Amino acid sequence: MVKVTYVDAEGAETRIEAEEGDTVMSAAIANDIDGIVGECGGSMMCATCHCYVDEAWAEKTGPRMDGEDDMLDCAASEVTERSRLSCQVRLTADLDGLVVHLPAEQI
Amino acid sequence: MSTGRVVIVGAGQGGFQAAASLRQEGLSGPITLIGAEPGLPYQRPPLSKAYLKTGEAAKLALRPQSFFDKNAINYLPETWVEGIDRAAAEVHAGGRRIAYDHLILATGTRNLRPPIDGIDAALDLRTLTDAAALRAALDGPRRLAVIGGGFIGLEFAAVARELGHEVSVAEAAPRLMARAVSPLMSDRFLALHRQLGVAVHLGAPVAAVSATGIALSDGTDIDADLVLLAAGVRPNTELAEAAGLAVENGIAVDARLLTSDPAISALGDCASFPDPRTARRIRLESVQAATDHARAIARRIVKGDDAYYAALPWFWSDQADCKLQIAGLAGAEDEAVAVSDSAVFRFAGGQLTAVETVNDARTHMQARKRLTASVPDRTTLEAAGFDLAA
Repeated sequence: MVKVTYVDAEGAETRIEAEEGDTVMSAAIANDIDGIVGECGGSMMCATCHCYVDEAWAEKTGPRMDGEDDMLDCAASEVTERSRLSCQVRLTADLDGLVVHLPAEQI
Repeated sequence: MSTGRVVIVGAGQGGFQAAASLRQEGLSGPITLIGAEPGLPYQRPPLSKAYLKTGEAAKLALRPQSFFDKNAINYLPETWVEGIDRAAAEVHAGGRRIAYDHLILATGTRNLRPPIDGIDAALDLRTLTDAAALRAALDGPRRLAVIGGGFIGLEFAAVARELGHEVSVAEAAPRLMARAVSPLMSDRFLALHRQLGVAVHLGAPVAAVSATGIALSDGTDIDADLVLLAAGVRPNTELAEAAGLAVENGIAVDARLLTSDPAISALGDCASFPDPRTARRIRLESVQAATDHARAIARRIVKGDDAYYAALPWFWSDQADCKLQIAGLAGAEDEAVAVSDSAVFRFAGGQLTAVETVNDARTHMQARKRLTASVPDRTTLEAAGFDLAA
């Protein structure tokens, strides 16, 4: 299992356990985390699973995928260099303990 | 209203979104979400894509049970709605009467079953139950025949080839995805499928389905162990019709998504609504329409926001390594211009109506922004070398 902590826009933290191979988006949906919408189900057709990878984890989560920048252009909240579409961040054993921050708005 | 009772008939993506958005907008009254299928509301798009490969049904749920509990959404699965009593403002479902102050119809569609001899032997791919049966039937190498070369048939064909099955597709129209894309894009996907090894038959209506395969109307026999019917859908309008609501290629709604009864809205695949750009009555089968309709209806019900619905349509289809994306909505006769290897622009009356792209998220998103903001004219776009960002 991989532990992931979601920090909402007000600073409240929720820690969940997900399986390797899940994405940060699908784990959020399965654990009923508010603040991740994931409207297109991970098909990279929307930007409603926007998250900010915690600075300490930026290197391990790696660079954005092809097309991710373009989708993020349409995100509802500010896009920073830490911004990712959480459907494109796949959980591996290396990411155990991952912390992501959630934006105030997704739509 | 912020305290009324809302009943939603249909628990697909649109019905679910309506329930979620009503709570999000601040409705405090009871919400009842009625679905015909078992289990939690789930996403349909992966059924013809990832699910066929992985079989992971649990991953399809739109939200876990805790979401429904937390938001006090009374979800009634496997419940059949027998009728709507508009005078009493009640829905009759599963032997109960459920009173509403506002009713939302999100009844979706069902597969079109053309009058083809032996068609009962063909499988469907619409519900999770259908997809599970199909997956179970593909447990070893099979010869598959697909009736219909639209999104679902072609997505299935691409996955089935990847899984090592022999696949034939019979399409009655002279080109693939004729309802959704330009001839240029149809050709491109025809080349893709032929390269994948799919035997594509165009202008090939099916005359009969049998235990040994399908027979085309020109006499060609295609041997197959399994036949998939993917020849389009029809909207579920019977409840609305029986209740005396206006129906016109779907449950007819106005620019605010209200039916002919102001206490009843309709959304998504089952609803026909005036296209905000052309005023033509249209019906869309997409996640985008279902969810954008749902949010607009929730804002109207809770906040009294009665702005005309104006969201831009978008669609996608994943076939092998090609992601087809469409921004906007083109008429069948709209001109098609290939502006690059990956993008086709559609024009009507000198104005951009839609942009079709393959593996080109940048152009797709630029098109969504431009088409949302205004109606770009062709002269301006041509002067900018068809660069939507210019």
